[in-house]
Amino acid sequence: MFSTLIKHVKGYTKASILTPLFMVLEVIFETIIPICMGKIVTFGIEGNNGAGDMDYILKMGGIMTVLVILAFVSGILGAVYGSVASTGLAKNLRRDMYKNIQTFSFSNIDKFSTAGLITRMTTDVTNVQNAYQMLLRLAFRAPVSMIFAMIMSYLVSVKIANIYLVAVIFLSIGLGIIMLNARKYFTRVFEKYDDLNETIQENVNAIRVVKAFVREDYESEELKKAAGNIYKMFVKAENVVIWNSPLMQFTMYTTMIIISWIGAHMVISNELDTGSLLTLFTYCLNILGNLMMVSFIFVMLTLSAASAKRIAEVLDENPALSNPENPVFDVKDGSVQFKDVCFSYKKDGSGKNVLNNINLDIKSGETIGVIGGTGSAKTSLVNLIDRLYDVTEGEILVGGVNVKDYDMEALRNQVSVVLQKNVLFAGSIYDNLRWGNPEATEEECREACKLACADGFITAFPEGYETKIEQGGTNVSGGQKQRLCIARALLKKPKIIIFDDSTSAVDTATDANIRKALRDAIPGTTKFIIAQRISSVSDADRIIVMEDGEVNGFGTHDELLKNNDIYREVYESQTGANADFDEAKGGVD
Amino acid sequence: MAKESKPIQMGRNRGMGPRPKLDHPMKTFLRLMKYSYGRYPIPSIIVFVCIIFSTLVQIRGMLFLQVLIDDYIAPLKEMANPDFSGLLQMMTKIAILFAAAGISTFVYNKIMIYIAQGTMKRLRIDLFTHMEKLPIRYFDTHSHGDIMSVYTNDIDTTRQMIAQSIVQLVASLVTIVGTFIGLIKLSPRLTLVSVVMIGVMFFVTRIIAGKSSRYFVAQQKNLGAVNGYIEEMLEGQKVVKVFCREEICKDEFNVLNEELYHTASNAGKLINILGPVNGQLGNLSFVLVSIVGGFFAINGIGGFSIGALGSYLTLNKSVNMPIMQISQQFNTIVMALAGADRVFKLLDEEVETDDGYVTLVNAVNENGVIKESEKRTGLWAWKHYHKADDTTTYEELKGNVVLDDVDFGYTEEKMVLHNIDIFAKPGQKIAFVGSTGAGKTTITNLINRFYDIQDGKIRYDGINVNKIKKADLRRSLGMVLQDTHLFTGTVMENIRYGKLDATDEEVYAAAKLANAHGFIERLPQGYNTVLKGDGSSLSQGQRQLLSIARAAIADPPVLILDEATSSIDTRTEKLVQEGMDKLMSGRTTFVIAHRLSTVKNSDCIMVLEGGRIVERGTHDELIAQKGRYYRLYTGNTESA
Repeated sequence: MFSTLIKHVKGYTKASILTPLFMVLEVIFETIIPICMGKIVTFGIEGNNGAGDMDYILKMGGIMTVLVILAFVSGILGAVYGSVASTGLAKNLRRDMYKNIQTFSFSNIDKFSTAGLITRMTTDVTNVQNAYQMLLRLAFRAPVSMIFAMIMSYLVSVKIANIYLVAVIFLSIGLGIIMLNARKYFTRVFEKYDDLNETIQENVNAIRVVKAFVREDYESEELKKAAGNIYKMFVKAENVVIWNSPLMQFTMYTTMIIISWIGAHMVISNELDTGSLLTLFTYCLNILGNLMMVSFIFVMLTLSAASAKRIAEVLDENPALSNPENPVFDVKDGSVQFKDVCFSYKKDGSGKNVLNNINLDIKSGETIGVIGGTGSAKTSLVNLIDRLYDVTEGEILVGGVNVKDYDMEALRNQVSVVLQKNVLFAGSIYDNLRWGNPEATEEECREACKLACADGFITAFPEGYETKIEQGGTNVSGGQKQRLCIARALLKKPKIIIFDDSTSAVDTATDANIRKALRDAIPGTTKFIIAQRISSVSDADRIIVMEDGEVNGFGTHDELLKNNDIYREVYESQTGANADFDEAKGGVD
Repeated sequence: MAKESKPIQMGRNRGMGPRPKLDHPMKTFLRLMKYSYGRYPIPSIIVFVCIIFSTLVQIRGMLFLQVLIDDYIAPLKEMANPDFSGLLQMMTKIAILFAAAGISTFVYNKIMIYIAQGTMKRLRIDLFTHMEKLPIRYFDTHSHGDIMSVYTNDIDTTRQMIAQSIVQLVASLVTIVGTFIGLIKLSPRLTLVSVVMIGVMFFVTRIIAGKSSRYFVAQQKNLGAVNGYIEEMLEGQKVVKVFCREEICKDEFNVLNEELYHTASNAGKLINILGPVNGQLGNLSFVLVSIVGGFFAINGIGGFSIGALGSYLTLNKSVNMPIMQISQQFNTIVMALAGADRVFKLLDEEVETDDGYVTLVNAVNENGVIKESEKRTGLWAWKHYHKADDTTTYEELKGNVVLDDVDFGYTEEKMVLHNIDIFAKPGQKIAFVGSTGAGKTTITNLINRFYDIQDGKIRYDGINVNKIKKADLRRSLGMVLQDTHLFTGTVMENIRYGKLDATDEEVYAAAKLANAHGFIERLPQGYNTVLKGDGSSLSQGQRQLLSIARAAIADPPVLILDEATSSIDTRTEKLVQEGMDKLMSGRTTFVIAHRLSTVKNSDCIMVLEGGRIVERGTHDELIAQKGRYYRLYTGNTESA
């Protein structure tokens, strides 16, 4: 995991090496200062046989000032490089993740989920950026500072330095035990905490249900219980952590008392001079303080490890689909053949097949309706045609060539899909349409919109085709959005076009108009129309009836009415008493 | 979608970035103090005392060096046979003092857990309980993300402040004051040097912080742009793939990403510089004191000794730390106050008012006279107290709903419903049809008083709904909404939501009536299957079946239905349809209709347009009129 991330430091390697280097230099300079101070006491104040030596004091003072300046410069450089390295890493991670996501196939995207990918690219990157900066600036500085102070202590007095060593070992064991326990508890608490917030979220979203059933008091009681449980768990976890400062204080005070006692004896017996004792005291605080820092850094780093892991997962993910070695770029025509096709969303074969033994032969230019219940794998069937997923068994030929042999971009430019869950992007209507063809002229855009019956409502907007679409297309209605998506797909001028339930929010009359326009304008293009409404498919050349991942029937409307029970049932239910009524099916009130 | 475990946020812009503006920082601060520490007066005082004590001992520990050197080591060194008993005595005293300080540190930390977590618990409960009482309008006018952020981010920053910032602030202040007293005691002259250095530190910090805020504003802006791009493009990633836009997107993203990097690294540089700048100024102060102090010690100015110099240096170092801490904590506190402000704002939000006094009671019909009953009788009555003549009347709950010349607007300026008249007799089915935005859903929001009307009257069994207690009114109305919302819990619990004391048998019966029994039985754990994430493991149709069952178990005399429009497969749709039909039979029903059969079978169809009822009548009557309804029916809408 860390080896994955470290590769992405590229371009900021120099900064990443210089940062800890300068931080360590800063610390070394800083640590020498107390020694000089001790010398001032011993040779300056007490020197010259107790009369004092002001020249010496000034000399040492000068040295100390130089040290301060050096520490200052190192500190600044460490600060600057630290910022460059950490923000640089964050930039690289975002760039490389986004780059890799662009190679993801649909199955990769499904695996992570959109929300999951967003979290990884935003919050997780920020966490890693902060952790990396801390790692570079403090994770080296604190231990080095501690070790350096330790060494200096040994140089001054082995006896007293040994006491420090014992103190350090004692404190690290203590802190280690506390941290390990705390981590265990806190991981559990945070899980529960997330659950609690999810309950609240649920209530906010479903407030109409809560109010309609007059369950306000009931929900409040439930939350009281949950909040009480969280309280208990937090108290338990925090009760572990509070041992931290007393432990620190205990170690520090005990050490101080012991070195005071032993130090006093040593000074009196002239084993040690007073200045050195002062220096040692300074080091004592330095060593223990830095140890606390190390334990703190350790905790913060382990907290960010989860984020690092999630980022590494995205970076390490291999796209499930790849281009063949000598790809075919030319799609001859819009014919489609399914040969013994089986398909499962799980690559390893553990999952149930969603498509079984599909055999279809569709001629170029045919209009094919696809109908069937939810979960009958209509969408899965058509997604295989432009290789959004790969078949598990069998093969699919488009224009007589296996889809796996095509260059993916060439294939997708010739096979256009209007997705069921479609999205418009922030920008003008023209901008959105030109996703289909960046070079499309305004005339071509209008032409496509006329075919999709979108020209009418677009020109009714005050700004017409320049109207700004908001993120996610929230400022157009469901039906308008669907028609814009159809126009966008038409601009590709594909050999095959697939409509995946893409007129569900369009009223029946407009739906029929769109179909008629397409029939007249692009007769050579093979059209697949997935729909819930029987009227959307009944005038197709042939209709596929899907049921539980298998083709239950394939024929014309009249044939199916005669021979296919499912088709007949659907037909009757929709033309009889249960027919659709209003104009904007799926519209939002 | 698999549940994403949320990363634990750390270092979230803590102590950096532009400070949020606060209207009444002091007022919010005092209110928060009252809300947290104010509820625990005695423990808070103990905490306060303990902090002061342990901080003072810490300072005393530094001064101890002077005593050790000047009073003990120096004289003992002169002696031929040093007597350590005096030193031992002094050290024992100090050891006891230190032990006491350690204990008091532990004590205040421990008490703080209960104060902080107790406050958090109370805050969560208060917030939630209050939120549940807020009117629907609040939820319609505030983004759910913002509401949630109060529970997560704002509560979190508030906890930071209560548990850590305040404690540290007190400790820092005590340290500063105590240290200064110590410094002055050791050498008033040297203290001047220290004060000057502290002044310089403040000055430099202000300059750097001021400079950095410009970069931070830019950084936040660019971060927003990058995150916005990530969100929008990843939401549409499948579209990106279908249109082969990967390369273009990569380029667009890289431009935004580079911009963010530049501002972020600059902002980071400035903030990072603060540390070494202050640290080295502290060291410079150390050097200056060493030189000047050395000079004083040599010349014995102001009776300054070596021991005093040692103590002074240690104290001088320790005065820098709390000052830096305070400046860091200051930003955290401002952020926390902004969070607390939002928390209190939600707590101050006005709750749904309810002046209703007519209540719903169980009743028995004794020879045509309705009387109140203790037991559940299946017969319900409105208990209506008349103040004028001090009498109480009982009116049988029948489900007679009348809207009389109702006007309504979500805001005073813009009315969305005009002159709505509807008469629904018990058991009648009233259908609303009309295009999107015609006001169908709005009418149903008025009957259950999710919103209150501006003009006109709504009567329920002859009683003005304003006089009916909201809870009782809503209890008598069943609702099946278009967006089904289910709760985390078992299927059984979800159905029982409609009637909390329902037996298992009643749940099964309701599920059967709603046509939900069949699919529930086929779930892995049947009725005990746990639903999560709004029932995301179920299909749209199955969720609707459950919400019908939930309404069925409540068995209300009046129903408000919003027929689902989203695509459900034909077979489930048939089940839903049948379930709805069974539910509607014998009840007064208001239905926002999307199915032809529902509309046809209605007793009266209201055709809405632009907030007005433009046509009304039965299906046959309206067809004969050849008006708006006829056009809707024939699907010929584009020309209309």
